[in-house]
Amino acid sequence: MERRWQRRSPVLFDWLRKNLSTQAQTMPLYIRIKEKIIVFFLAASSFVSVFITALIIYILFSESAGFFKKVPLGDFLFGTRWSPLLEPASYGVLPLINGTFLVTAGALIIALPVGLLTAIYLSEYASNKTRQFLKPVLEILSGIPTVVYGYFALTFITPILQTIIPITEVFNAASASIVVGIMTLPIITSLSDDALQTVPRSLREGAYALGATRFEVSTQIVLISALPRVGASVILAVSRAIGETMAVTLAAGATPKMTANIFESVQTMTAYIVEVSLGDTPQGTIGYQTSFAVGLLLFIITLTLNFMAQRLLYKKKH
Amino acid sequence: MISRHHKDIFFKRTAQVTTFLCLGVLALLLYHIGREGMSYVSLDFLSNFPSRFPEKSGIKAALWGSFWLILLTGIFAIPIGIATAVYLEEFAPKNRLMTLIELNINNLAGTPSIVFGFLGLVLFVRGLGFERSLISGAATLSLLVLPMIIIAAREAIKGVPRTLREAAFALGVTRWQCTIGQVIPTALPGIMTGIILALSRAMGETAPIIMIGALTYVAFTPEGPLDEFTTLPIQIYNWASRPQEEFHQVSAAGIIVLLLMLFTLNFAALLIRMRTEKKVKL
Repeated sequence: MERRWQRRSPVLFDWLRKNLSTQAQTMPLYIRIKEKIIVFFLAASSFVSVFITALIIYILFSESAGFFKKVPLGDFLFGTRWSPLLEPASYGVLPLINGTFLVTAGALIIALPVGLLTAIYLSEYASNKTRQFLKPVLEILSGIPTVVYGYFALTFITPILQTIIPITEVFNAASASIVVGIMTLPIITSLSDDALQTVPRSLREGAYALGATRFEVSTQIVLISALPRVGASVILAVSRAIGETMAVTLAAGATPKMTANIFESVQTMTAYIVEVSLGDTPQGTIGYQTSFAVGLLLFIITLTLNFMAQRLLYKKKH
Repeated sequence: MISRHHKDIFFKRTAQVTTFLCLGVLALLLYHIGREGMSYVSLDFLSNFPSRFPEKSGIKAALWGSFWLILLTGIFAIPIGIATAVYLEEFAPKNRLMTLIELNINNLAGTPSIVFGFLGLVLFVRGLGFERSLISGAATLSLLVLPMIIIAAREAIKGVPRTLREAAFALGVTRWQCTIGQVIPTALPGIMTGIILALSRAMGETAPIIMIGALTYVAFTPEGPLDEFTTLPIQIYNWASRPQEEFHQVSAAGIIVLLLMLFTLNFAALLIRMRTEKKVKL
């Protein structure tokens, strides 16, 4: 086959030979062409993900452009009243941000200490067998659908909170915080445990040789030298908590307000987006565009956090 | 006076108790849902459509909707996911562009699922005119789980020993022949595990499907990919958000069915992983 090609079109043959030369020079030409085509398709599919990101950014910007034409950016970012669907309309996003950060902060108060302690236990104290059993079981917690956590918060945690603290409303930030904390816990545990495992043995042994206890080795040597990656796991957990939707929609309610009281009903950015898509807000109206504006803000916040986490993860190791 | 030794013991006990507390929470969650919903789980529950009366409500439409959705999501996402992973691990040059693609995939994996809802709404529902059909939902979900599949498949391909590739090259095969004949078959169990976990994530996903406008009340089963649909998590959300106590229990019954399906999938993934780990040791 190759010879016939060569005879008919020497120029084309030379060009092909130069451009198709891989390590397998002896392969018949048609195989090499076939491979080029396959590799082209593989490369093309790896660009799909870039395309998705570009599309997300384009859509969020273009659909919220109409909103930012009518509402100045300053009013949106620093306004303290959010009532876009009711007259008189007001488009200050701070109440939604307040709700989001209230829930996230609450979640972190639970997930950070528990997650770190669990990670240290798994990595430094537990036997290999225990660790191999516990890690997948804990990861089940992050595999449970978020709507299930919403149900759990609404029907189990809120009633308990109401008996302990009678002022608790039916929808409240506290129960949402607790379940978001539970579901982000495995992120911190699993990634931090991986990080602690990568700390070289020699560091631990050096410390033991100096007479340190296991507690001192775990917290002052291992944890400190794995700190960048442990930090990355915490940032990823925060990013997940901010983007968490169904549990907070079910448990935290739909009342955007500036409050620091976690026993009141609040609304998060994600819960507002769900509210708009469940309602019958017509496409093209400003009420509809607000959800894109909130979505854009959400995307920018989580993207920034993810980038920070990536930087910490890929930092040069010692 | 507390000695250093006592501190050590105290810390160990605290960490131990905390860890088992997490397991306790998991057990409590499952127990609560089981107690609330068990009385509503029956064959009628699986074969009825949703109803105004809690005792007549069922999840037939939601089950079929979820099934279709997962099937289509798999068809869309698996080939692209594996192709990307193979390209990045076996063929891609090491340059800035590839670093950018990697960074981008990791970021997409951390993007909140609701953001993909915007993409689905504008691109598939309106832009390409698929309306509120299964195709729109599955396409949206496949974009959502694509990064998960890519990351898992890459890990699996990375785990294939170099010696295997070198032996193949020594016999004179091309890179693609080596990939399709040696690397992918060896990495397949790992890739499968990743796919199963990604699809089970898609099965439990609610927010993006709500955004593209899946219906909350559907009294028919979808016949083809262009039909409107509802899914199990959406049905659960719908029942849970009603004020009546009875519907909360129906919701719990839906959760039991959903969790049983997810645990079955996860268990399958675990079995595959355990079998391959044994093989590698040999």
